[in-house]
Amino acid sequence: MTVSELGLLNILPILILVVWACVLLLLDVFVFPKREQVTPLLSAVGLVVALIYTIPQFGQPKEAFNGMLVIDGFAVFLNVLVLISGLVAVALSYDYLNRMGMARGEYYVMMLFSISGIMLMTSAADLIVVFLALELLSIPLYILAAFGRPKMESEEAGIKYFLLGAFAGGFVLYGIALVYGATGQTGLTGIVEAASGGLENPVFLLVGAALILVGLGFKVAAVPFHMWTPDVYEGAPTSVTAFMAVGAKVGGFAALLRVFMIAFPSISVDITPVLWGLTAATLIVGNVLAVAQRNIKRLLAYSSISHAGFILMAFVTYGDASVRPEATAAVLFYMVAFAITSFGSWAVVIALEHAEDRGLELEDYAGLGRKRPALALAMAIFMFSFTGVPPTMGFAGKLYIFRAVIQGEYYGLAVLGVIVSVISAYYYLRVVVVMYMREGDPETHSEGWLNLTTAVTAVGTVVLFIFSAPLFDWAAQAVLRMF
Amino acid sequence: MLINYWPIAILIAVSTFLAVAVVVFGHLIGPRRPSERKAAPYESGMEPIGPGTRRMPVRFYLVAVLFILFDIEVIFLFPWAVNFRNLGVFGLIEMFVFIVILLVGYVYAWKKGALEWE
Repeated sequence: MTVSELGLLNILPILILVVWACVLLLLDVFVFPKREQVTPLLSAVGLVVALIYTIPQFGQPKEAFNGMLVIDGFAVFLNVLVLISGLVAVALSYDYLNRMGMARGEYYVMMLFSISGIMLMTSAADLIVVFLALELLSIPLYILAAFGRPKMESEEAGIKYFLLGAFAGGFVLYGIALVYGATGQTGLTGIVEAASGGLENPVFLLVGAALILVGLGFKVAAVPFHMWTPDVYEGAPTSVTAFMAVGAKVGGFAALLRVFMIAFPSISVDITPVLWGLTAATLIVGNVLAVAQRNIKRLLAYSSISHAGFILMAFVTYGDASVRPEATAAVLFYMVAFAITSFGSWAVVIALEHAEDRGLELEDYAGLGRKRPALALAMAIFMFSFTGVPPTMGFAGKLYIFRAVIQGEYYGLAVLGVIVSVISAYYYLRVVVVMYMREGDPETHSEGWLNLTTAVTAVGTVVLFIFSAPLFDWAAQAVLRMF
Repeated sequence: MLINYWPIAILIAVSTFLAVAVVVFGHLIGPRRPSERKAAPYESGMEPIGPGTRRMPVRFYLVAVLFILFDIEVIFLFPWAVNFRNLGVFGLIEMFVFIVILLVGYVYAWKKGALEWE
């Protein structure tokens, strides 16, 4: 076997990231004495190089490792999103880590490893690769969640995330084993072929698929597998939470979409009602519990659960071949909208956070509109985007999701989506009300990279809305060759 | 198809019943005459020495983690060694890559002082 037979060149961006992360780890201990200044810059360079090699991959689908990895439009679209998210996360983390006294080079190395895991996940066309990518994406996140050591909450978040993540990994692995037992295949296309030829034990395939759904449901924080989310999001350092909220979701949903749409369409009749229930529960629980939150990190945690629910809404239609491309494109688009809004709102949280968890209550945002008008405006934009009010990305994202759901004729789910959107308006707009209508004198930080991140994401939330049609077309183009 | 699992279901039922029965009946009809000897923690028949919870140096943990890491490395080396001729140069390069990645971690741990016992 040669390099070209393996298709190593087709996964060059992932290889670049992994090698670069290893090199940085060694450079970090050997070369730089004041390393916390250099490593973020170098890791950003690595991400940019990977991005430069990723973008031209859009076009003809390519394979690597004999079809275990597929680099198609779907993967390239998400890889671009993840790499840009990584850059934003580095910019977001730099000032925060310095301020909180957590600046260590390993932070960025772990982030690079996690990003390469997500990229592997988006292109995984084999259940074994799905599992390996899941671990590569998760293990650095467990470490990052505990990065606030010796802060108790951070350590608790790390342990909790680790235990539940390992638990979820067990579900995925058992599911893979059952699917293999039923079909004798781990490759996604092989599973379809085996399933269409008639199975001796169709129950195994169904149970296996359900277990994979449970395991990945943990990763994307779908109800009832969401219990870890608020505690981990609250306890982890805020910059880690920002990355985790986007990265783990993108990775989890990428695997869910590809595995279920390609490998399990034959059992959609049985899976769809389960998905329907999962989606409804996620939407209701995420939004209703968010109403009671006074801590901004917990509020955003429940908000991220509810957005997982909106993404799941489009996923419910996966059994319907005519809606499938449209729904997948809607999910890709929504992921972009969620990523940009989420990073922006976490950037604002970081700007108000102080040592020892001060500045995280809703009351701490009182008077922000007067003291830092630009920052308050940015937060207002993000909250409107989360709610789904035009002219923001959140509105366009919800529009496409609802369109897919209605095309799939799941009217009940669409009605539920609208109702919970109204509920969500209450707690999102409460943040805006507190910022502008309450008197207060919030202490804020104004740091170069942080301000830049906030400004870019705020402008992006609005500008990308204007260009949402071409962006959606790109997403639709990306999923064209997937099926 | 499911009928084939009947024996397993029976086994589960019988073993569950036995486990519950032993505990319940022992609890209900067993005599209870506690003495100091009986209540003491069991240490392989020895007289208990010192408190049950003792502080352990956290270094043990580091060493254990490193041990597991390289233990697993060796486990992966065995099947490769058995199939060495079939895999040829390709296998050699793959294994080389695998070991280099682990070596990076080893060098990192070494440099960070994980192997120093102070």
